[in-house]
Parts: sequence; structure tokens; C-alpha cells
Amino acid sequence: MSRLALILWATVTALFTVSLLIGPAEATIGQSLWALFAGDGGPMTVVMREIRLPRAVLAVLIGGSLGLAGAAMQGYLRNPLADPGLIGVSGSAALGAVVSIQTGLAAAFFFALPIMALSGALMGVLLVLLLAGPRGSSLALILAGIAISAFAGALTSLVLNLSPNPYAASEIVFWMMGSLADRSMLHVWISLPLIVLGAGLLATLARGLDALTLGEDAAEAMGINLTRLRLSVILGTAAVVGASTAVAGAIGFVGLVIPHLLRGFVQARPGALLWASTLGGAGMILASDILVRVVIPERDLKLGVVTALVGAPLFLHLIYRTRKSGL
Amino acid sequence: MTLLCLKDFSVRRGGKDVLRGINLSIDAGEVVGLIGPNGAGKTTLMRAALGLLPWDGFSSLAAMPARERGRNAAWMPQAREIAWPVCVETLIRLGRTPYVGAGRKLTDADHRAVDRAIGRMDLEDYRRRIATQLSGGEQARVLIARSLAQEAPLLMADEPTAGLDPAHQIATMQSFAALATEGKSVLVSLHDLGMAARHCTRLVILSKGGIAADGPAREVLTPDLIKAAFGISAHLEDTPKGLIFQPLEVL
Repeated sequence: MSRLALILWATVTALFTVSLLIGPAEATIGQSLWALFAGDGGPMTVVMREIRLPRAVLAVLIGGSLGLAGAAMQGYLRNPLADPGLIGVSGSAALGAVVSIQTGLAAAFFFALPIMALSGALMGVLLVLLLAGPRGSSLALILAGIAISAFAGALTSLVLNLSPNPYAASEIVFWMMGSLADRSMLHVWISLPLIVLGAGLLATLARGLDALTLGEDAAEAMGINLTRLRLSVILGTAAVVGASTAVAGAIGFVGLVIPHLLRGFVQARPGALLWASTLGGAGMILASDILVRVVIPERDLKLGVVTALVGAPLFLHLIYRTRKSGL
Repeated sequence: MTLLCLKDFSVRRGGKDVLRGINLSIDAGEVVGLIGPNGAGKTTLMRAALGLLPWDGFSSLAAMPARERGRNAAWMPQAREIAWPVCVETLIRLGRTPYVGAGRKLTDADHRAVDRAIGRMDLEDYRRRIATQLSGGEQARVLIARSLAQEAPLLMADEPTAGLDPAHQIATMQSFAALATEGKSVLVSLHDLGMAARHCTRLVILSKGGIAADGPAREVLTPDLIKAAFGISAHLEDTPKGLIFQPLEVL
């Protein structure tokens, strides 16, 4: 294993452990871990297994998803500014969720919100595929994605605009900021199959994305099936990002910043960036979710706000560095 | 052995016949220069022959499964794309893509092929340099090395010498000639007719969507054919130092 892989695995493991040990319930490290593994049936076991464990697991799943999808999208479009949200999945998933909150379905039925969000993501990706065509250029895909994102955003605003109930409106706004608070193992089981499926699809793309460094023509002449590559990128991204948005809301900047941050450490190879960004994304969400709970625990700071607050300056720094080195 | 065979090959783009009735066969040990004015269809011919564009008729390469075609023909497009700041060696290794399965590492044979390609293009000192930071001509040499690393029997290169200095232009054509002596073949599109006359074993003139002439340089570069295809006059002379072709003026 390379040094980078070792460092990333160690970071993710350490952050995962810290994430398990943080919370309002007062318990020592030993008591917490004992309650988690041995399980004495007491209140601390419930806290560890039903509250903290799903939160930490979701942080890994969602962070990994966003990092992986970001790396795949940037590799496919050969553009360091690409983001998994670019194909309109997160926007349409958010629209589905917002509709479920607005109509009261989310309050009436536990599964309504994630299911509506997933349906939204599915509709979004189908529309993008329809608009961009199965074989079209990457430019057509970007344009279709922007159109669907803008349309989903407009419909979301319309729902907010027409909301007669200020509580529903504020719930929608807070939901859209993204959070991992109060998630249960059920959320893990809802998102896990899709994330595993999508990540499996994206993980097969390393060779094709590497070859795309030479352009679409050269890659295709070397035996890369571009139609399949493109379909895998779209469906894989839709599955992981749709599932992530469905359980945690819209969390920005991870898919953009993490691949950019790690590119230098994998000698800019788009294939190697896939696994590195998966681990990096998991680390970033774990760290942000720890920050959320440590900085102002009493105010329910939203995860998406923190990732954007951390991500934006990091991104500016990267732009500055990129400009200096002339890459 | 025939490395490329086109029979009654035609390409339509945007409702227009770009190429029609093309019959072309390339055997082992040839350096075939594809010449013709702008828009004659040189790039289209090569891309469609590889199956990268919709075509009609028969192409031996386009008929192959994708991976097998990658082992039988290397393609160097005219657009010199290097999307990421990878090092030169990493970029040249991409030429081994048709031989490496998903998730597999390069074998010793792959590494030797990469080393040979680096040697041929005189890039030993560039191995660790970042490809995107090189000059245009240096990038062209790196991309030629990438297609050489593919070690396919047929190399198809679209204007590989454009933007190279004279020494590297000649060196590139000589490395193609060296490939031909090893029993491989090269199909190369060129605008420099002097270079084509001197270094190619055979020239194919493409004009108005068809092959206007096909044969050794002396037979193809006649005043009439040059005038018809390019609209220029030229001086062609067989000297003790080889064939000299110099375009003179527009007719």
C-alpha cells in the first residue's frame, strides 16, 4: 500500500473513532466503546448503537460517495471544476425531498422523504440522459445537467414561495443545508445498497479515465468503450449522490475540493484519484461533522454550511497555488 | 501481410459524401504518406477506418472488437490533448492500455515497450517532467512516443510532425522508417510534401473525397497530379542525396 493510502486510511479510522466518542451523553472513552461492542442493554448502548454509530457510518458513506463521484466527474469531463452536482442529481433529489416536506408526507410517513428524494434523483438523471443522448459529447451532458439543475432549483423555489406554512418553509431551508443529526440505522440501510451499487460502477472506471487523459479519440482507439464509460459515470454518480442527498440533504464543495486537493498526491492520474478521493471525502465529512458538534453544540450548526465554510477558502487557496505553479 | 484493408469505403457526414469509393490496402513494411489539400478528408479517412466515425463499406480495422483493434493499430490524433499534469512516463504508459486489463498492473514486457518508445523519441531526460509544462513540439514527441509504446503493427498518425523543429521532424520520419524495417507499417498524413517525398515508401493523394493517385513518390508527384490536387507547381528532382521536392508557386 502506498504512503498516501496509509495516511488516508489512518485519518479516516481516527476520525471515525473520534466521531463515535463525541456527543452530549457524558461517558468516558472506555465506557463508550464498551457500550458499543459489549452492549449491556443500558442507555449508553442505545446512544452508541442507535445515534452515534449511524451518524459516523453515514459520514463515511456520504463523504466517500461525494469524493468518488467528484473524482469520476472531473476525470470524465477532464475539467477540475466539475462537481457531482453538475448533472442535476442533487438538485432534483432536493426537489423530491422538499415536495415531501411541503405536502406533509415526510411527517406522516418516515420513509417518504428519502423515497421522494430518490425518485426525484431518478427522474433528474433520466431527463439528463434523454436530453444529452446516450452517445453525445461531454458538452451536451454539462448543458443538460445545468438545465435540469436550474429547473429543479426553480421548482424548489416555487414550493418555498407558495408555502403557506412558515414552519414548513423553515424546515425546508434547514433540510437543504444538509445534516447528519438524528439519523438512524434505517437511513444507513436506505442509502447503503444504492451507494454500494453506484460506487461499484464508478470503481471500474479507473482504466478508462486514465486513457481519457489523451482525449476521447485516442482513448476510443485504444479500445475504451466511451458509450459505456459515459453511462457508468452518469448512473454511478446518480446512485451515490442521489442516495446521499436523500438521507443527508445537499452537501456542497466536497466533490469539488477533495479531488482537487488530492490530485497532486496521485501524480494527477485520474484513475488513482478515484480511491484517494473516496477516502478523502469520507475524512472531510467526518471532520466537518465533528466540528458541527464541537464548535457550537447547542445551536445545531448544519453540516453543509460547515463543508462550504471550510471548502471555499480551501478552494481559493488551491486556485492561488495552481496559478502560481502554472498547472 | 495486410495490416489495413479498405474496400469500397465511404463516409457520409451531415448528408454529404466526404469520402466515397476508397480502396486502400497497406502491407507490412510500408511508410504510407497520406497527402492532400485541406478538407480532402485525410483525418476523416483515418478516423473512419478505425471505426471512430460511422462508415459504409469494409474496413479491416473497424470490423475488429475494440480491444483487438487497439492491439492492431495505434492512433495519434492531430489534437494534442493532455488533460492532466501527469509526468511524461505516466503518459507514455497509457499506450499500453489495450494490453492491460482493468485493475491490473503493467507487466515487465509493458515496461520494456515503454522504455523502447522513450528511447526512440529521445525522451530519456524528460521521464519525470510534467507533460503539460512542455513546449508544443516536446508534447508532440511525447504523444508520438505514447503511440509507439502501443507497439501495434500499424501506426496511424495525423500530422505528427506539425510544429516540430527540422531535426525532430526528420528524426520522427526516420523512426517511422525504422518501424517499417521491423515489419511494421505507418500511415501518416503530412502537409510537407518534401518530407513526404523523401521519407515515405508510398504516397496516397486524397482529393475531392477520392484517391487521386497511389504509388511511389516519383510516380505520384507528377506536375499534372500536383496541379490538379493542390493547385501548385513544383520542382521534383532525383539527386544522389535522394528525392528533392520543392513547391514553387500557386497556379
